[in-house]
Amino acid sequence: MTIPHTAPARLEWRVARVTAVREEARHARTLVLDVPEWPGHRAGQHVDVRLVAEDGYQAQRSYSIASPPESTPVELTIERLEDGEVSPYLCDVLRPGDGLELRGPIGGYFVWETSLGGPLLLVAGGSGVVPLMAMLRHRHAAAAPVRETVPVRLLYSSRTVDELIYRDELTRLEGAGDVDVHFTLTRGVPAGWTDFQRRIDRAMLAEVGWPAASGARAYVCGPTPLVEAVANQLVELGYDPSRVRTERFGPTG
Amino acid sequence: MQMEEMRLDGNAAAGILREIFVHDMTAAVATCRGCGATGMVGGLLEYGQEMGAILRCPKCEAVLLRVVHAPDGMRLDPSGLALLMIPANALVT
Repeated sequence: MTIPHTAPARLEWRVARVTAVREEARHARTLVLDVPEWPGHRAGQHVDVRLVAEDGYQAQRSYSIASPPESTPVELTIERLEDGEVSPYLCDVLRPGDGLELRGPIGGYFVWETSLGGPLLLVAGGSGVVPLMAMLRHRHAAAAPVRETVPVRLLYSSRTVDELIYRDELTRLEGAGDVDVHFTLTRGVPAGWTDFQRRIDRAMLAEVGWPAASGARAYVCGPTPLVEAVANQLVELGYDPSRVRTERFGPTG
Repeated sequence: MQMEEMRLDGNAAAGILREIFVHDMTAAVATCRGCGATGMVGGLLEYGQEMGAILRCPKCEAVLLRVVHAPDGMRLDPSGLALLMIPANALVT
């Protein structure tokens, strides 16, 4: 399927309607949105969301699109930040039937589609998994011969196991033999945990990542310190810097 | 919390840049006037400011681009950029 690369003439604010919500993990919720005149999007892109209070005060945040280009409606997965200005409203207050002002899709750098090929290394910290999930879902929607040309490995760092977003879906993707998934927990593990239990480091990337000679494309997303450390480590391991794309989400939530 | 932890990157400025440029600018390649480094706008360091963005060179931290909403319109200060190259596949119709 060819993803149309057409940019809208203007990036307009529109009011989307929340059609459903879905609790994903301890601090995360997916909003299912009906967006009028949505032009389609690419995996990895985001939307800007704007909240306006009665006194006119505006708060604006960017949220990665979780759904792949192949499916409508548009889905956003929001991590609830304890001291956030916007995320508590989106996670605790917003209900199906409510409107949400947003503009998008936005972005042309942190995007991936099957035509870009692989192998693909996806590295996520916390809610940084959201745009990478859009990429995985996009890849999963492709025909088997296409998927076979793009092997993919995901390394996903989370504080605790109950903060892992999309864990069941990732386990299913891995079980289908399609995706290689590694989790690492940084603040304690449940009994019987057999995967990694430390911050991502160069040794872990060397172990689970593609060798640099494979020409792999890497996408790294999550808290700024993690993204910067991992990107530097991948370049140290020999990755072509132009094939390492990053999206910083700011301080650890 | 350190300033470095709070910074974002060019992806965060993509929306406001789309208010001025017709094309997405994050895939454009910027050349730093200060140190000559080149890299995609999406990979520049972003320090948000009130109603705008400041983009810095990841190598030398020089300011490449400032963009802000002003009462009389918008201000774009590109003086830190030596060149901005938009590749053909980012020029969409």
